[in-house]
Amino acid sequence: MYVAVKGGERAIDNAHAWLAEERRGDPSVEELSVAQIREQLALAVARVMAEGSLFDPDLAALAIKQARGDLIEAIFLIRAFRTTLPRFGASEPLDTGKMTCDRRISATFKDVPGGQVLGPTFDYTHRLIDFTLAANGELPLDAQTGEARTEQTPHVTEFLDREGLIQNEVDGDDTPRDLTREPLDFPADRPLRLQAIARGDEGFVLSMAYSTQRGYGRNHPFVGELRVGQAAVEMDIPELGFAIEIGEVTVTECETVNQFMGSKSEPPQFTRGYGLVFGHCERKAISMALVDRALRWEELGEDNVGAPAQDEEFVLSHSDNIQATGFLEHIKLPHYVDFQSELELIRKLRAEAQQAVQNEPQPFQEAAE
Amino acid sequence: MSTSPTSSPQTVTPMSEYNFAYLDEQTKRMIRRAVLKGLAVPGYQVPFASREMPMPYGWGTGGVQVSAAVMTSDDTFKVIDQGADDTTNAVSIRKFFEKTADVAVTEHTKDATVVQTRHRIPEELLGEDQILVYQVPIPEPLRFIEPRETETRKMHALEEYGLMHVRLYENIAQHGAITTAYAYPVKVEDRYVMDPSPIPKFDNPKLESEAIQLFGAGREQRIYAVPPHTKVVSLDFDDYPFDPSKANHSCALCGSSTSYLDEVIMDDDGRRMFVCSDTDYCAQRQANGHTGEQEQAA
Repeated sequence: MYVAVKGGERAIDNAHAWLAEERRGDPSVEELSVAQIREQLALAVARVMAEGSLFDPDLAALAIKQARGDLIEAIFLIRAFRTTLPRFGASEPLDTGKMTCDRRISATFKDVPGGQVLGPTFDYTHRLIDFTLAANGELPLDAQTGEARTEQTPHVTEFLDREGLIQNEVDGDDTPRDLTREPLDFPADRPLRLQAIARGDEGFVLSMAYSTQRGYGRNHPFVGELRVGQAAVEMDIPELGFAIEIGEVTVTECETVNQFMGSKSEPPQFTRGYGLVFGHCERKAISMALVDRALRWEELGEDNVGAPAQDEEFVLSHSDNIQATGFLEHIKLPHYVDFQSELELIRKLRAEAQQAVQNEPQPFQEAAE
Repeated sequence: MSTSPTSSPQTVTPMSEYNFAYLDEQTKRMIRRAVLKGLAVPGYQVPFASREMPMPYGWGTGGVQVSAAVMTSDDTFKVIDQGADDTTNAVSIRKFFEKTADVAVTEHTKDATVVQTRHRIPEELLGEDQILVYQVPIPEPLRFIEPRETETRKMHALEEYGLMHVRLYENIAQHGAITTAYAYPVKVEDRYVMDPSPIPKFDNPKLESEAIQLFGAGREQRIYAVPPHTKVVSLDFDDYPFDPSKANHSCALCGSSTSYLDEVIMDDDGRRMFVCSDTDYCAQRQANGHTGEQEQAA
């Protein structure tokens, strides 16, 4: 006896209750606080802020807690929250030349004004599991702790610019289109592309950048400069008539210097790729710069070699992990109406094929198999 | 408005932190503009600035945004997924609007003023005071022939649908039939080729309706529409006419031989039976004394 399936509502409620229980884990283990996540899983928080397009370390930490550490789920929580926030206005463009730098390196010059500041980096650590972290929980801190450079640090590419060796970036007057308030439209200009890549999935952008290094649209990048630090956010207040600082954000900025032999329209010179992301996330910033540079082929008069990273429609349509994961995972939802229609079709085609075999014993059936 | 068995106000409190039906009024206005443009140009895909919704892309974010934009507090809302009101995602979306809009809900097609659907058109014909909102995964009917949006928009603009006909012709040449069983492409008012969303082709004839039909694709940022009494033709050839087929059975519960049927596997031996996919339609028939094989046997 068949009774129509009922109880979707109760199933959902129960699933949510179970999820909450799983999130907490073993209650005899102390609960994580949002502050602990914010302070001790700071790079996860940075990624959630970058791809969530919202600078709020506390909220990002809370999202990570709620998402059980699933960063894409946490990014989704942030995005869904962000979209409901009112827009008071737009800030002035960040002046990263004035930011304080925790870390600032150049791979193109041995030394530069402002110096090479290594800062807190994994780069030269040996990747050995540190069992003392498990045993003692806490490592004794060295007496000397790092301090950020507070004086202004000039951009490395400025020095090349002065000689005219690097392609000049012209200030645009236009307010860039806002990806979150207008539908994505092709062709996309550079500000729109950078917006999309900045919130794009770190793994996707990394792979796209990596593919250019391996020859799919190679663009010979050097890290002209990579800097991490705090930049002031200024906003023009109409009542005051001038801009004031309303806060600061941690950002990672990368400018690549790319070899360029010249083209039909441009003389031989260096060109640039640019990456800027919230928080400390060097991998993403460098990747972004490489992909940005690859997408500039048309503007610089280069050949399109058909590489995926040169294809803005391909890159921009597939870089958003919230869209990607949603559409990918939606195939878990019931599809039995469509599947039923496929079943009927396959049965019909098979029946016809079988009929044809019986009527005509010659081997002429490849089409239906 | 009618109260229904699914309405449970004691467990649902309207969310005061959010605007009516979740979206802010600016966003709704933007969506309504897209809807109006869609109605003015039937079958044309209107780009709109889709918002991140609190449910994932692929779960009906386009449909939810369209429903939120057209919904008023006087509406009665029905949600179906696979034809059923009780599938998990239908329940989830219905609850979302109970919570954010405090709107009356129903399972009865004829009582609803706004019906949001995924993958089906209700069996019962809709009237002119009703709106049917479709959830659309891939709005572009030409997408699997041409992956580039820049190209497909051009093809629509130039009414260049030759490739689509070639695709259907190749189906017939290779398989003896058009092998599209759902999301079967249609031509709207002799102009735009349109994806009717993944409804079974059995439902295609019902696309010519008295009701307003709105299609929302959230992830792909498109809205399109079929106004009432619009001509909607399923693509075919004179010698291979469109065939809105379904399982050649009748419903085991209500005996209907004209409704779309789901196949249910009954036991480990693979015995199966067929029941209406539209649960409200089936329940109404049973309430009116219609019975199927199973009920007669019992």
